[in-house]
Amino acid sequence: MSYASSLYFTGTEIGLSLAGLVLLLVVAWTGAKSARVITILAVSALVGAIAFTASLPTGSPADGFNSAFGGLLRMDSFAVFAKILIYLATIACLIITPRFFEERDGYRGEYPVLMLFGAIGMGMMVSATNLMTLYIGLELSSLSSYVFASFLRSDWRSNEAGLKYFILGALASGIILYGMSLVYGFAGTTDYSGIRAAFSTHFPIGALFGVVFVLAGLAFKIAAVPFHMWTPDVYEGAPTPVTAFFASAPKVAAIGMLVRMALVPFGGEVEAWRQIVIFASIASIVVGALGAIGQQNLKRLLAYSSINNVGFLLVGLAAATPAGASAILIYLVIYVAMTLGSFSALLMLRDKEGQPLETFADISGLSTTRPGLAWCLLFVMFSLAGIPPLFGFWAKFVVFQAAVQAGLVPLAAIGIAASVIGAFYYLRFIKVMFFDESKREPEQTSPMGHWVVLVVSVIVISPLGYFATPWLGSVASQAAAALFAVA
Amino acid sequence: MIGIEHYVFLSAILFVLGVLGIFLNRKNIIVILMAIELILLAVNINLVAFSAFLGDLVGQIFAMFVLTVAAGEAAIGLAILVIYFRGRGTIAVDSVDRLKG
Repeated sequence: MSYASSLYFTGTEIGLSLAGLVLLLVVAWTGAKSARVITILAVSALVGAIAFTASLPTGSPADGFNSAFGGLLRMDSFAVFAKILIYLATIACLIITPRFFEERDGYRGEYPVLMLFGAIGMGMMVSATNLMTLYIGLELSSLSSYVFASFLRSDWRSNEAGLKYFILGALASGIILYGMSLVYGFAGTTDYSGIRAAFSTHFPIGALFGVVFVLAGLAFKIAAVPFHMWTPDVYEGAPTPVTAFFASAPKVAAIGMLVRMALVPFGGEVEAWRQIVIFASIASIVVGALGAIGQQNLKRLLAYSSINNVGFLLVGLAAATPAGASAILIYLVIYVAMTLGSFSALLMLRDKEGQPLETFADISGLSTTRPGLAWCLLFVMFSLAGIPPLFGFWAKFVVFQAAVQAGLVPLAAIGIAASVIGAFYYLRFIKVMFFDESKREPEQTSPMGHWVVLVVSVIVISPLGYFATPWLGSVASQAAAALFAVA
Repeated sequence: MIGIEHYVFLSAILFVLGVLGIFLNRKNIIVILMAIELILLAVNINLVAFSAFLGDLVGQIFAMFVLTVAAGEAAIGLAILVIYFRGRGTIAVDSVDRLKG
């Protein structure tokens, strides 16, 4: 393991850090007027990062040649898969952001720069194989997220969302950290494989406490019930492009980190955490489905929808098998497409004065006033509900299949029953758009970037997506296998 | 003789105080920031005590990272608090209740 190969395998992070620092200097030099240029440069840096990440050799998973700096980071195929998804989601968020801020406080060049730093942190989260690197990555992405939530400085809702997100996020970090300190104390190391080896011989009660604390803190970060209460408030209050970001890229990173954490260092003690994950999973599915029913605000509704989706993702984790892990990765791809599609459509929904249309009453009769947008939203909502010809169905299918194969039939049954409840409010969306009288006149044109994000998402979740299933399935199972080969 | 269990017990007490400080405090958001610091310092006591007990330096390096990140976290928290105060004119905990539904 030479130093050069460590640098090579962390090339994505190093390149993005340099790009972020240089762009930060440019922003400081040129001020707010260069914000759009900085955004384009940040997007090209991320495109470069994707190209470099995709070109990395993943090798045979077991030999550990792709780990960097003595096992602090590991660029296996799981990390590559999650990172590419994270960077793609970040690019999509950067594309739909500028117009929203330019019409309000003024768009600032710091935003794309912070996005880059957040992307570095999220990339570290999914490839960390040491508690220390994991913590640094987690904080790098969290700290930029706190700033994003309160980025609209003149808006009280954004300020309050930022404050709530900061307090609960910092508490979650503290809980994870306390768990990590206990795990370190009882395992004697912060290295993932070292922890696994130490726990396989001796798993004291104090270490169990550590595992539970870490999982509880991670549940906060992914907004799983019972640690979900901040989600609707933050999603509603944060500026809409920021909400789109929160619901996509950091979710992928947090789930990826949770999966690696649960399956590698704690992979020998599946029985110790399986009950917790099953509870969180069922509770998230049910609360996500029931909580959304009474909502009038669409952003709040999508917040509950994301809680619901996290529940389905945890079904795959509860299986604790390679099939479960690969099902999670497939689900994440489709979830990110659905989320970005729905938020990009939400950003396009504005009235003639440019005020956002954010409630059910505002979008009634959209099929007559903006048919193209309404049909795209129809696809997204049907896919979120899991109606068969659309790709969202396949996501749910692979997750439940993994759960049934692992013998968790009751969990799968409850999940399927609750997803029927969830279908109610997605269908209500469609009912309001297609069968109610139109009350407000929406703006007729939308910028190109928003359409590109929406149309690409719709194509991904359309039945055309099934052509990609063999490829996606093999890539995801290869990524999942890398996780189990380490153990 | 002070053993490892005394340190772990002390840090558990500090951690619980920090968490309670966030949830029971009904007055001032600055107190919440202090409670968050208390949690992070409880973690540091744990890390350093384990590090000394195990004869392994990693825990102390970890504590350094935690200290650094805690400083950044406090800076961002105070910055958010300042813009919140500018908009609302108060930093009472009870004022943070307009987003709901």
